[in-house]
Amino acid sequence: MFSINVNGVDHQVAAPGEAPLLFVLRNDLGLNGPQFGCGEETCGACKVLVDGAAVPSCRLPLQRVGTARVVTLEGLAEDGEPHPVQQAFVDEQAMQCGMCANGMIIEAVALVMRGNPTDAGIHEALEGNLCRCGTHHRIARAVRRAADELWR
Amino acid sequence: MSTAADGTPIDDWIEIHAGGRVTVKTGKVELGTGLLTALAQIAAEELDVAVENVDVAGPWTGRSPDEGYTAGSRSIKEGGAAIRRAAAEARQVLLELAAAELGGGALSVTGGVVSGPRGSRTYAELLGGKPFNRTVSGLAPLKRPESYRVVGTAVQRPDIARKAYGLGGFVTDVRVDGMVHARVVRPRTFGARLAGVDASGLPEGVTVVRRNDFLAVVADREEVALAARDAIRPTWTDGDPVPPMGELFSWMRRQVTEDQELIDGSARGQGSIVRDYHWPFQAHASLAPSCAVADVRPGGATVYTAAQGVYPLRRALAPLLGLPPASIEVIHREGSGCYGHNGADDAAADAAVISQELGRPVRVQWTRFDELVWARKGPAMTTRMSADLAPDGRIARWTSDIWSPNHGGRPSRPEQLIAGRLRDGIPEPDSTTYIGGGRNARVDYEIAAQRVTMHWLRRPALPGSALRGLGATANTFANECFMDELAGLAGVDPVEFRRRHLSDRRALAVIDTVAGASGWGGPPPPGRGRGVAYGRYDGTGAYVATVAEVSIVEDAVRVERLWIAHDCGLIVNPDGLRNQIEGNAVQSLSRALIEQVRWDSGGLLCTDWQSYPILRFTQIPPIDVILIDRPDQPPVGAGEPATIATAPAVANAIAAATGVRLRQAPLGGRLR
Repeated sequence: MFSINVNGVDHQVAAPGEAPLLFVLRNDLGLNGPQFGCGEETCGACKVLVDGAAVPSCRLPLQRVGTARVVTLEGLAEDGEPHPVQQAFVDEQAMQCGMCANGMIIEAVALVMRGNPTDAGIHEALEGNLCRCGTHHRIARAVRRAADELWR
Repeated sequence: MSTAADGTPIDDWIEIHAGGRVTVKTGKVELGTGLLTALAQIAAEELDVAVENVDVAGPWTGRSPDEGYTAGSRSIKEGGAAIRRAAAEARQVLLELAAAELGGGALSVTGGVVSGPRGSRTYAELLGGKPFNRTVSGLAPLKRPESYRVVGTAVQRPDIARKAYGLGGFVTDVRVDGMVHARVVRPRTFGARLAGVDASGLPEGVTVVRRNDFLAVVADREEVALAARDAIRPTWTDGDPVPPMGELFSWMRRQVTEDQELIDGSARGQGSIVRDYHWPFQAHASLAPSCAVADVRPGGATVYTAAQGVYPLRRALAPLLGLPPASIEVIHREGSGCYGHNGADDAAADAAVISQELGRPVRVQWTRFDELVWARKGPAMTTRMSADLAPDGRIARWTSDIWSPNHGGRPSRPEQLIAGRLRDGIPEPDSTTYIGGGRNARVDYEIAAQRVTMHWLRRPALPGSALRGLGATANTFANECFMDELAGLAGVDPVEFRRRHLSDRRALAVIDTVAGASGWGGPPPPGRGRGVAYGRYDGTGAYVATVAEVSIVEDAVRVERLWIAHDCGLIVNPDGLRNQIEGNAVQSLSRALIEQVRWDSGGLLCTDWQSYPILRFTQIPPIDVILIDRPDQPPVGAGEPATIATAPAVANAIAAATGVRLRQAPLGGRLR
């Protein structure tokens, strides 16, 4: 039995310690935000915030999470209001199929919380997140919009 | 024009609920293109209701109309036309009901409320919760495009908010009571037989499902199934022979083919100018691998899938499972973007076969390896173009010989599903029909003497099927690179050369528009070159013209900017359309520059994102999209057209910048 803090709530999880956090989040906690994309930490679809850093969850063993605070796409909203990055993705209609959206939003949240990025900084920060539908420019616009809102 | 709705009950398409909301039922699936939002706009427009009050119910066998596949950029043109007719008929019925209740006088409708001199009634009051019980006659008056208020506006997609907030809805998010997790186990070759299995190293609690060459591991917990997949030791025989990768195109030209003249004009033989162009195998490379959930019971089955056609998949699953089609429910849930026939159908069949074996609901999640190796590929093609130029600089003769396999491998029989072939130990059947490879083989340039000959391969080097654009991608690459080469030989500017061979005003408009936007005619910035390409998708679809500007950095191609002019008739949703065109541009640029499926004697070498890379954020240039709206022209699809012009525009730009003519995709990193 492991205790993990996800989206501000402590959960007792009866899962093997080597179970990837992604499967624990999806299958034990019933979350839908993080998606399986490659299982090899190369696409970004499964990213979550671990103590504020955007990390892939597909190979992160449950037993390594410890007391870190895990936040998923579902946990970004505050007081029922979507995070500015989520709102900006809606405003810019910044996805097509949406399978990459989780990782893009999570990475963007980590980015804009560190400071107001340059346009080049946005592209560089998202370099490790793949999008096959080709919505990169919309995603970058959404991150710009959210960053400007947060840092104006 | 007749539509799928004509002669069918209105109730198959439209429901008015007691609470006032409207449900529109479609057999077309949301692939991430925003299609369902566009269909809601079309229904809202004809019904005179607020688009926010329209819900679109996706494909579900037995509940939604059978509209075949969502493919070929036909969903707005055909699916939209059907809903438009059904909605117009529904509005007419509602007006008749209102007239009966309100008596005479002129009636008008706004926001789902019918008003007249003697009062008003909402649609819900008139019919809420009750059926129309009327057939779509096809005769109800349709709104005139100039009066549109919803169609043509940038309505936001409701699914985007759901996805941004993590509210679920994907096929990967389906959970069924008692569901177990499965992984399939497959080699990187095709046609290999399963000679043996060493299951000694498996974790506890794993069930191995083996029937002939079908092998899967199943566990209550997903990570256990994944670990079992890595631990199991199957022995495979050699797979089907595949030509060496470096000899693919010459191998294709040596095969026995079925030949088909697409244009048997006055041109015979070959012209004096001969060029060869080649297009590689490419992968859908969907961002998330395919996934499906199936619950097969003795008397029926329920299957959740992201496949492009729920009814066709049901027809293939019924004999696979030995169940009557009517006992199988196939329910669409959104998956990763698929751009054609990816692994979605096959994952559904995998889940169904395993569930039937175990008598339990099963979730199959393909791995990245499964998707890159086993999802069908966009087929390689090779083309020989020839032409003669007349003294006036016009093309006097044009021929193309195109070697292509079938691009239409979508399943309708069990042996067309991977699970069916492996479980029953039967080989992939040879093609008996050929589609897709001839898309855009014919050019719409005005050339007196033309010959276009398809040389259809009965069996491709690798299993292939529909990938965005199908043969139009390779054919437009050949046609538009060749046009550029001919322009150079004629000593005519490439834009002007194309204009001289076109009279269709819409074709000329996209070319002139993109030329104007890109500053064509003026010199490009130092060290850069520009190239242009044009095409009308599938001969009768959208018009697109693209200009690419490239530079060469240390012998590598760098695309600096793309301009795209696009005319798909009436624009239903301009923002959704821009999203599609931008996405087409990025994906087709990735395919043009870096994508090809590689293999060696041991099988496919594209097994992960390192061995099948796609363009990343910092590699994507600015893209300018210029939309040409034609409210007087019917809307045609935009899911594929902008794909076709990118590669030739880039190749033509490379030639302009360097003098080096590349005739084989991918184009990146081949200049030395």
